[in-house]
Formats: sequence, structure tokens, C-alpha cells
Amino acid sequence: MARRDTHIDWLMIVLYLFIVFFGWMNVYAASQMEGNGEFFSLSTSYGRQLLWIGISLAAAFGIMFFNPYFFSAFSWPIYGLALLFLGGVLVLGQEVSGSKSWFVITESLKFQPSEFGKFATALIMAKYMGEKSFSFGGPGSTLFHFFDLPVKLSREGLVALALFFIPAALILLENDTGSTIAFASLFLVFYREGFTGLVLVYAVLAVVLLISTVLVDKFIIIGVVAGIAAILALMLRRSRGLMALAILSGVLFSAYVYGTDYLINNVLQKHQRDRILVLVGKVKDPKGVEYNVNQSKIAIGSGGLVGKGYLEGTQTRYRFVPKQYTDFIFSAVGEEWGFLGASLLILAYIGLLSRIVLNAERQKSRFSRIYGYGVASILFAHISINIGMCIGLVPTIGIPLPMFSYGGSSLFSFTILIFTFIKLDSKRSAILS
Amino acid sequence: MNESENKKWIFIGMFVFVGIAFLAKLSVLQIFDPTYKQIANANAIRKLTQYPARGYILDRNGEVLVYNEVSYDLMVVPAELGDELDTLELCSLADIDIAEFRKNLKSIQDQVKALKLGRSTPSPIVKQMSKLEVATLEERMYQFPAFFLQPRILRRYPKPIAANVLGYISEVDDKKLKEDNYYKPGDYIGNTGIEKSYEEILRGKKGVKNIFVDNKGNPHGSYMNGQYDTASVAGQNLTSTLDILIQEYGEKLMANKKGAIVAIEPETGEILAMITAPSYDPNLLVGRGIRKNYGKLVMDHNLPLFNRAIMDGYPPGSTFKLLNAAIGLQLGVLTPSTRYACGGGFRVGGHIVGCHAHAGPPDLLFSIQTSCNAYYCAAFRDIVNHGTNTEEGYKVWRQYITSFGLGTNFPDSDIPNVKSGLVPQTTFYDKWYGRGKWKPTTVISLGIGQGELKVNALQLANMTAALANGGWWITPHLGKKVDDAPIKLFKRNETGIATSNIAIVKEGMQRVMTGGTGRGAQIPGVTSGGKTGTAQNPHGKDHSVFVCFAPADKPRIAIAVLVENAGFGATWAGPIASLMIEKYLFREVKRPDMEKRIMEGVLITPEPVKPKPANTPTR
Repeated sequence: MARRDTHIDWLMIVLYLFIVFFGWMNVYAASQMEGNGEFFSLSTSYGRQLLWIGISLAAAFGIMFFNPYFFSAFSWPIYGLALLFLGGVLVLGQEVSGSKSWFVITESLKFQPSEFGKFATALIMAKYMGEKSFSFGGPGSTLFHFFDLPVKLSREGLVALALFFIPAALILLENDTGSTIAFASLFLVFYREGFTGLVLVYAVLAVVLLISTVLVDKFIIIGVVAGIAAILALMLRRSRGLMALAILSGVLFSAYVYGTDYLINNVLQKHQRDRILVLVGKVKDPKGVEYNVNQSKIAIGSGGLVGKGYLEGTQTRYRFVPKQYTDFIFSAVGEEWGFLGASLLILAYIGLLSRIVLNAERQKSRFSRIYGYGVASILFAHISINIGMCIGLVPTIGIPLPMFSYGGSSLFSFTILIFTFIKLDSKRSAILS
Repeated sequence: MNESENKKWIFIGMFVFVGIAFLAKLSVLQIFDPTYKQIANANAIRKLTQYPARGYILDRNGEVLVYNEVSYDLMVVPAELGDELDTLELCSLADIDIAEFRKNLKSIQDQVKALKLGRSTPSPIVKQMSKLEVATLEERMYQFPAFFLQPRILRRYPKPIAANVLGYISEVDDKKLKEDNYYKPGDYIGNTGIEKSYEEILRGKKGVKNIFVDNKGNPHGSYMNGQYDTASVAGQNLTSTLDILIQEYGEKLMANKKGAIVAIEPETGEILAMITAPSYDPNLLVGRGIRKNYGKLVMDHNLPLFNRAIMDGYPPGSTFKLLNAAIGLQLGVLTPSTRYACGGGFRVGGHIVGCHAHAGPPDLLFSIQTSCNAYYCAAFRDIVNHGTNTEEGYKVWRQYITSFGLGTNFPDSDIPNVKSGLVPQTTFYDKWYGRGKWKPTTVISLGIGQGELKVNALQLANMTAALANGGWWITPHLGKKVDDAPIKLFKRNETGIATSNIAIVKEGMQRVMTGGTGRGAQIPGVTSGGKTGTAQNPHGKDHSVFVCFAPADKPRIAIAVLVENAGFGATWAGPIASLMIEKYLFREVKRPDMEKRIMEGVLITPEPVKPKPANTPTR
């Protein structure tokens, strides 16, 4: 491993370790009443988490010894296997509150194919788009003309999109909101690789309109949308294509608003609808849907500036936050370590994400770069949704906080995900695809 | 490639933007908004009220009249109620009525829904269960995690006496809750009697213990090591002035009769006994017994809940003549040798106030001894006419009467709810007859203690004590000591009548006992002074009244006995007073026949069914 062209980025490893062990400390705090303090007791959550940390570290260590060409070479088989699992879980998986997303071998040995799917898809996107000749819209790739605008999407671009959308569809069928959104984050990779940024703009618009539709009457929104579209169309009238695009967007978004409103009020199950309504404050349900988030906010809020001290948090110790050692683990940080501790964790995460992105850019191999962006995207989705939910900015979506929440298979998957990149990054001057 | 390369900044920008948004929200939650801390505390800390032991009430010699027993309230925490509550099992273990339990539970839950009650606030669902009732339930409490037992205090009475004087405790009512912050719903407070007038001494001070509870309400130890706890302070014991020996004896003597007895130690104003009959067993109004028994007691037509000794009362009858004698002497209207003709009665207009047969025109002492009505009608007339006009003369007369405590409710005493009775003011008769349009002969029956006059046994006993002392009295009271500290609050009151004049009246009272209407009530072995009275009762048989003090010089006890519908004072009231005095001075009675006659005497019909005290085990 210690060869001339190998440079391991220790910063990523340090950040990883910090998050893992700080995470374990908080899992311990949130589950301390399960046992009497022996760390290795497998009957406790914190004991089991320690075991999985051990296993993951062993795997991480192992990966560092892999042949660096391994990942690129085996991308297709890994991807194929993932698709198999994703399909299989729909048939053989265990159904939990409406969603089928787990293979359960034993109580403690569970496995979520979507985690594997994220990893495999990141690899395959890296492999496919990492080919020297790949381009989303190279010369001669005009698909068609939209008025005077050439819509450039090459055949390989289409394939790339398909490689994303097929597993996406399978995951969507699992009916697990969290997994779906986490997977969808991989779309950001397309943006980096040349796909138009307009997609991001449209995505943000879609979210804004979604929130607005819940708060305000849909016809008002449609009115506003139509108005803006009309103004834009007028401003862009020099290009027929752009003008048409503006008009088309206006129409599509209006339909989207109408459809969303219909979806929310007529299709969504009550508890899902309530989660959204509660988030924007239209419905007050302190003891029901709101309860978890409220308790989380109470725990976090009561931590003040410096927190109540490790293992001294009343809400944590006395189990006032439901599911605290899994989805709401951040609330334990907020209560016991206060604003300072919580900020430190957020900074550590942002640091890790930024480091990954910066490292990705300095890869010689496109494969490594694309994969790096994939990792960052996935992590970003998990972190922002989970913490956002704990502090009441995002509706309740069951999604773990990477390397922090209790959960063996999740920890293991993230470890593999990250250390694959650490390994690839250590060979950043090589062409690995 | 450059353009794409710079996209990294968009990514990093996204990360930073989200990070800043989170930090901002965190700072609001954790630094700028204080409500979360408060809610967190409310979540996790439960305030347990520590109820102190209530002070005992003792008799003047230290014997226990009222003590405490622990009772338990079954508390429920609504937040922890699951669906699997085995109501049947719980009610059967606790021996409580299922329908009532369900009703109470629903009421609590409704209050929670209406946000009048906190979800995590424990509420009592069954109150005041005895240790016996709780015994089986206690060991199975673990089956009912939303419930726990809160110890409370119940009063216990070793002897079923003095119920009206001691009073009882019950839950604080809404009115008091509003007035006084100390009390919380469900707290107990003294309602009547000594429990009420010495409430603040007896109740001690509640304490608060802060404990951590988890989301299931399970306690996890003291909050901050008890830093914010306040210790409860036990109530102080009250030593009353009562003598348990004669209190109990008097209640036996008054069995199956209606009336009252008050005995006072003249020198100190201490009330040695205060008896009202019929009364009730104080153990009936304890705990859940109040709900069971109060209604029956209230409906009892013999009014056992009233304390006849302090109510509006009856006309004093001939005992009143003592005061007229004293006032007459003081004003110079009478001397020991003043005589008035009797001739069987006193003529007023067309009426005759009759008198009973006795020798010749009586002088003052003989008039007392033989209780001559004509004498006192004349004396009263002359007393009132002694003033410049009727109004002035009457006011002077009335001033002396009230200086003995009649017509007042002893405002600086410690007995709650004393009624003043009635000694009419001039304005009273002005309304009837018109001002200046009436004379002493118009209201002549005041001379012999009849008419509109109303006194109670307490006032008569106090009057007797004042006479016994020679013209002054200490405000009668029930409280002797608080723990070991004597109570020194009660002041001396002067009647304004010279001791020498009182001495003459006292002499007359002694002759009543040795050779007058009170002959049969003499106490063997000790000299005494007394006066009989027969209060006219327009609704039925006359009431029997007797006042007495003994020994004649240096009296140690002054007593007033009132027996309703019992005829002459000498028949019932006299012997009762006599037996009481003998018992008090000698601690035993050597006249078993008289005792027997009195105790077995039935002057009223008893209640057909006696309610059971609340804590008699039913199994």
C-alpha cells in the first residue's frame, strides 16, 4: 500500500472516525437504560452498534488492500446483482408499515437492498460516464429541435439516464419515501457531468411549489405561475424556443400544482398528508404526528448553548424522544452537547462532504471523480433530511444519519461507500477505468 | 471541463447553505427560544406534594382526642393509560364500584382533553382508602403502571366524643381555593370546630419533592439531589382545654336528650367540656365516610351536626334573674332587704305574670332562693325606670347584660361559628311599638328571662363564671397550648358590677342549693351556688335550665346545662349539672341511682338506623 503513487487522504479518515465514535457515544446515551454499562453486551443497542463498528472498520481496512482496479472492473456485475436484489425484495422482502425494503435473515441481521443499490448505481454511473468518449450532448447528439432550440441528448446520455432510472423505479416500488429520496440524490451527479442545470432549478421550483400548494389555495398559485411564465415568455420572445419553453414550463407547473394538490388531498394516506400539514403548521397535532418532532425539538432546545452534559440529558435519559437512537439521534446531540456540540457535528459533516467534492475534482480518473460526487450526493441527502427532520424543517422521513444512527447494515454500507472512495482517491494519479 | 470543474462550488455552496440554515434554526431552538427548556422540564420532572402529618388534638391533660391514620389516594396519570387496563381486576382488588370508577376516569380524561388538566399530572381517582383496603391492591400495583398510591392523612378518634367541638376535615371547596393559594384541589381543610379555628397550626406546611420521571411516569430518583425540594413541616399539636373525663361523662348523661352543657374554669375561661346532644360519632365523617354519612346526618331531624351549645338558643328563664339582681344592686335600685309583694303573680295591664307558691314578700336573697317571678318583674321595671326615660334606662340595663357576654358571639374567642343569641336593643322594640311608645311593663317578661331573649349554653356558662369570679370573666376558649407553648391570647372582661354586689348574688345562689329550688342538685362533699330555670317553650314542653359553680368560694368549675322539653330546671338540668361537677372535682361519682336515672332517661326518639363508620371492613 505504501507505494510512491499512493496518497491516502487522512482527513477523510479522521472525519469518518470522529463521526463514527461521536455517534456511538450518543447511541449509548440514547440507549443507556437498556443495560448496565458493559459496552460489549450484545443485548443492548449500543453493544450491538459497537460490534458493527468493529465489523465496518475491518471491512474498511480490507478495502484499503483491494486492487484499485477492482471497482471499475466489477461495476457491471455489482450493478446487476443490485438490480437482482432490488427486484427480489419486492417479492421476498418483509413488509413494514406499508413499505417493503428489507431482507430479514434474523432480527439483528437485516439488509436493505437500496443501500446496496445506491452504491452499485454510483459505481455504474462512474463507470459508464467515465468512459473517455462519454458526453451528454456532444456533436451530432441533437435529439430533436424544440422550435429553435436544439435539445442535445446523446444516445449514451440516454443510457446513462436509464442506468439511474431503472433502479430508481424499483426503489420507488418499495414504497419507502426515505430510500427513494436518498437514491434520487444521485441525480446531482448528472448535473456535474454536463446535464443542464435547469434540472436543478426545476427541482427547487418543484419543492417550493409543493410547499406553497399546501399553504395557499391552488388557483392562486396557478395564477402566479401563469403570470410569471407569461412575463418570461415575453422577455424571451427573441428566441422562439426559449419562449415556448417558458410557456410550456408554465403549463407543466400549473398542471403540477393542480396534480400535487389532488395527490395530497385525495391520494396520500392521512398520516402522510398530516406530516406535511403539520410541518407547515396548518395542523396542530402535538400528541400524534407532531409528537416525535416536538419531542426532538424539545430535547434539542433544552440543551441550550453548552448542553446538559454527556449522559445528563433528561429527555434522552428518560426516553422522551421516540426512536431516539435511530432516526432522531441528533436530538441527543442537541440536548447533551448543546448548540456547540450540534454545530460541531454539522461542521464535521459539511467538512467531510466538501472534502469529498474537492478530492473528487482532483482525480485524474473520471471514474473516481464521478464516483466521488455520487458519494457526496448520497451523504448530503441523508444528512440534510435527517437533521432537518430532527429540528423541524423537513417532514418526518425515516432516513438514518450516516455513521451516526444506530443500525448495523446502514453503518456498514456507508463505510463501504466512503472507503471505496478513499481507496480510489489514494490512487488519484492513476487512470482506473 | 473548466465549467464543469467549477460546478464543485455549486455543490459546496449547497452544503454550506444547508449548514447555515441548520445552524440558524438550531440557534433559535437552543439559544433564542426559551420555551423548549421549560417544556423539557415539565416533561421530565414531577412535583410530588409531601403532605405533613396533621397535628393531634389533646385534652387538657394530654390525652389524645384526635390522631392520624394514613390513608391512600389511588392516583392515575392519564398519559400512561394504555388500552389494556383491566378495570375489572383493578376495581375488584381495590374493592371499589366499577361504575363509579369508570365515571371518575372519564371525568379526568375529559378534563385532559379540554386542557384543564395536564396529561402527565397525577389525579386522584379513588380517595382515602384505608391501609386495610389497600393491602391487597398494594402488592399488585405493578400490574397497573398508570396508577400509584399516594399516602394521605385521615383523622381517627379514640373515643367517639366531642364531634361537634372537634370538628372534621374535608376537601377544600372552590371558594376557599380561590381565596387562599396554599390549598390545591384535593387538599384537606378543617371545616368546623377546633379543626377549623386552629387549621393553620394543625396543618403544618406542605413540602415538595422533585423527582425525575421517564416518559412512562416511572420515578427515577431525586431531581438535582433535592436542591429544589422543600421539606414538609409537621403540624403542631393542639392541647385543648377540654377534660376528656367529663366530656365523655356529659355525653353519656345527655344520651337520648336534646340540649347542651358547657363547663368553664372561671379563673381562666378555659372550656372544660362542651356538649351538644344529640351528637354523632366523629368517625363517621372521616375520609370516604363523609360522602356516605354526611347526607344522613344533615337530614336527621334532631340536627346532630349542630352545636347547640353555641347556637342562637333559648330564653334563659329564671337563671336570668341573677343578672337583674346584680344590676339592681349596682344601680342602687335594689338592696339585700328590698322586698316586693308577690301574691301569686305580677299584674301588668290585664295580664298576670304568674309565680309559684312561696312564703311572704321575698327579700333579695330569698327571691333568688325561691325564684320569685313577681320580684323580678318589679325589679326590672324599677331598673329601667331608674333612667331618665325608658330608652335611657333600658340602654343602661342592656349594657350591663351584655357585659356578661349575653347577646355577643365572643369575637375574640377561638370557637368558630358562635351565634350571638338576642338581647334586644331599644330599636328592636321601637320598630314594634314606636319610639317612646313602650315602657318596661310593655316588655316585662325580660325581667324573668323570657320574651325575646335568646341565649346559649356557652353564654350562660360564661355568665356563671363571671358571677363565680366576682364580676369579671376571661373570654371562653378551647385552645390551651400549641405544642408546649401556652396560648395567652384571651383577655379579661369586666362586667362593671362591684364584687361586693356579686357576692350578695352568690350568697343567694348558695341558698338555692342548700334550701331553694336547686336542693336536689347539691353535690355531696362540696359547697356550690346555682340557679334553676325553666325556659318557656311555645311549641312544646318547657326547657330545663340549670347553672352552677363549685366550690362556693374559690370556684373551680362553672357550668350551664340546658335540656330541651324537659320541664322544670330541677328535674333534669339540675341533676346533670350536679353529677358533672361531682365527676370533675372528685373524678368519680358516688350516686349511682341518680346517674342511672339520668343516663337511661329518654326524652327524644333516637334515629332508627345508625350509619356505619366508613372503615369497618365489609369482608
